[in-house]
Amino acid sequence: MSSTVKHGEKGTTPALAPGGSGGLGALLRLRELPVLVALLLLVLITYLNNPLFLSPQGVKDLLLNATIIVILAAGQTLLIITRNIDLSVGSMLGLVAFGTGSIFVAMPGLPIIVVLLLGMAFGALLGAFNGFLVTVAKVPALVITLGTLYVFRGLNNAWAGGKQYFAGDRPEAFGALSVDTVLGFPIITLLAIVVVAAVAVYMAGTRPGRDLYAIGSDPEAAKVLGIKVSQRVFLAFLANGALAGLAGVLYASRFNSVGATTGTGMELDVVAAAVVGGVAIFGGSGTVAGAALGALLLTTITSSLTALRVDKFWQQAIVGILILTAIVIDRLASLRTARKLRISEARNV
Amino acid sequence: MLNRKSPGRRPHLAPLVAVTAAAALALTACSGGSGTSGETSAAVQDQKITFIPKQLNNPYTDVVLGGGKTGAQEAGFASSQVVGPLEASASSQVSFINAETQAGTNVIVIAANDPDAVCTALGEARSAGAKIVAFDSDANPDCRDVFISQVVAKDVALIQTKLIAEQIGGSGEIAILSATANATNQNEWIKFMEEDLASNPAYKDIKLVAKVYGDDDDTKSFQEAQGLLQAHPNLKGIISPTTVGIAATARYLSTSAYKGKVALTGLGLPNEMRPFVKDGTVKEFALWDPAQLGYVAAFAGKALVEGKITGAAGDTFTAGNLGDRTVEEGGKVIVGPPTVFSTDNIDKYNF
Repeated sequence: MSSTVKHGEKGTTPALAPGGSGGLGALLRLRELPVLVALLLLVLITYLNNPLFLSPQGVKDLLLNATIIVILAAGQTLLIITRNIDLSVGSMLGLVAFGTGSIFVAMPGLPIIVVLLLGMAFGALLGAFNGFLVTVAKVPALVITLGTLYVFRGLNNAWAGGKQYFAGDRPEAFGALSVDTVLGFPIITLLAIVVVAAVAVYMAGTRPGRDLYAIGSDPEAAKVLGIKVSQRVFLAFLANGALAGLAGVLYASRFNSVGATTGTGMELDVVAAAVVGGVAIFGGSGTVAGAALGALLLTTITSSLTALRVDKFWQQAIVGILILTAIVIDRLASLRTARKLRISEARNV
Repeated sequence: MLNRKSPGRRPHLAPLVAVTAAAALALTACSGGSGTSGETSAAVQDQKITFIPKQLNNPYTDVVLGGGKTGAQEAGFASSQVVGPLEASASSQVSFINAETQAGTNVIVIAANDPDAVCTALGEARSAGAKIVAFDSDANPDCRDVFISQVVAKDVALIQTKLIAEQIGGSGEIAILSATANATNQNEWIKFMEEDLASNPAYKDIKLVAKVYGDDDDTKSFQEAQGLLQAHPNLKGIISPTTVGIAATARYLSTSAYKGKVALTGLGLPNEMRPFVKDGTVKEFALWDPAQLGYVAAFAGKALVEGKITGAAGDTFTAGNLGDRTVEEGGKVIVGPPTVFSTDNIDKYNF
């Protein structure tokens, strides 16, 4: 418990670093730095071995591969920081993606922006259901969302049956969202960047955003301080649902088929991305930018190992090692902070 | 989707199949003489048939089952139904088989997720008097009466090498994007393709540079296709002998700079491939008609119930409007040759 409190202090003020040794020291303490360095090294090594990796098509593929996981990881970060989790994101994405397919078949003329909003509203509804159960029933989110993972998947199975909708069933302009680029960035990737920026500003610069860190550091203390814990957690679930909904619509734009099994197993990739990106699984620490970097790193590893012709059976092992490394770094950092605090407190006495 | 798993058994498969096939023949020969003769004259009008697919809610399976339903109706079964698991795991079908045994179902048509896992349950069903027809994916030959196979495995492989050779102009690098690494039928096709590429002089300039596995997952197959093109800049064509893989690859090609430059063929569903054939990403691909598979299976069930066939090699029966089918060595019944789809004929098919 005590270590997470100290996480909180570090996580909420990453750039200010109280008592820090200047800008460089603060930079070196950034939890996102190792991820960024690993990502750059990975891209560089792959590029030197296979120049096609950074061809315009190659860069576009890298960005597109990361887009959907980045959006999901941004939502998941909101929850993990409050010491919650949502394992049902894969199932929510599947439901919304199939819903997107259905709505375009039923109303082909619907403007894309309306479909995006409808998808987000649908996702928000599912997320609110999770949030309601967690805050009212007071059961750990891990258990509740494990349940809704199956409930939502079951709904998807009942709704879709053996039916699938293909890219050909959707308007060309909708598919073009994940093909066309602006300044080299695919449109859906730009959307993901906007999402990450918005969530980052909210988390770092607003009162409710900071409250989320306080809740994750110590829920009881947060309550004593007068933070509306249940309300904040509920809204975090709702926001995560809306983002899963957005990801579901974009999934339907990018991939060919949406059906009963769309998005199965995605939740683990999302949690892995957040953890690798330095979001502490016990809450109170981490940033959405880190989670986005984590997602980018994980999807880039897959692409780069393929481009380097490394046997794909190694890929999962490497992802596993990365997760373990992230957790070890997290633990070491918190031990160091704890020791420092002990020393400085001793001096103060 | 088109895979049959037999985890951990692959290296020994060939001798094992030979032995079990021989055993099956011996068994069916015995039982034909004694056990089943009591029921041979049963009228199909009061018989029940049940289909157990690998998993429900699978588009390919739905087409197969649609054909099965039509076949069961035309064959005159009193009732036909479909039961099965939602996920295609090895043990998930057992409880459904047990329930059918208890319900006294006369014909069980099954696509086995694991050839051995279902064996005991099927054995119990048989001793209770049920006839077992395996289709799509075989059960251990000891535990079923006949197996309805889509096509001859070798024909499926050869049509794909022929199509890719035509599309890349007879020379260049090609790659295969398969389903899972341990799918029995995928590996059988790939083996025949490799042999064909190595032995056929017309293909001497074609080089198979990679085999990758998309696990029949849309997202994963999509990324594997990307990786192939990046790792092999000179790639001229891709064969994907699985419906999920070919559709995902087609989607990637059609949205990337490689459209029209890299050829793609394999086994696909016409409904899923239609836009890619029309936009020029894919010229031609192949598949059998999955509905015929279920159709023939229903008629094989009828012939078994009526005692017209026992599953021995050389038995013949009439499969409705598809004509006569002969049981081959090992209790196999072949449905028909694969169909090639292109812009000319794709609109005639709806599955």
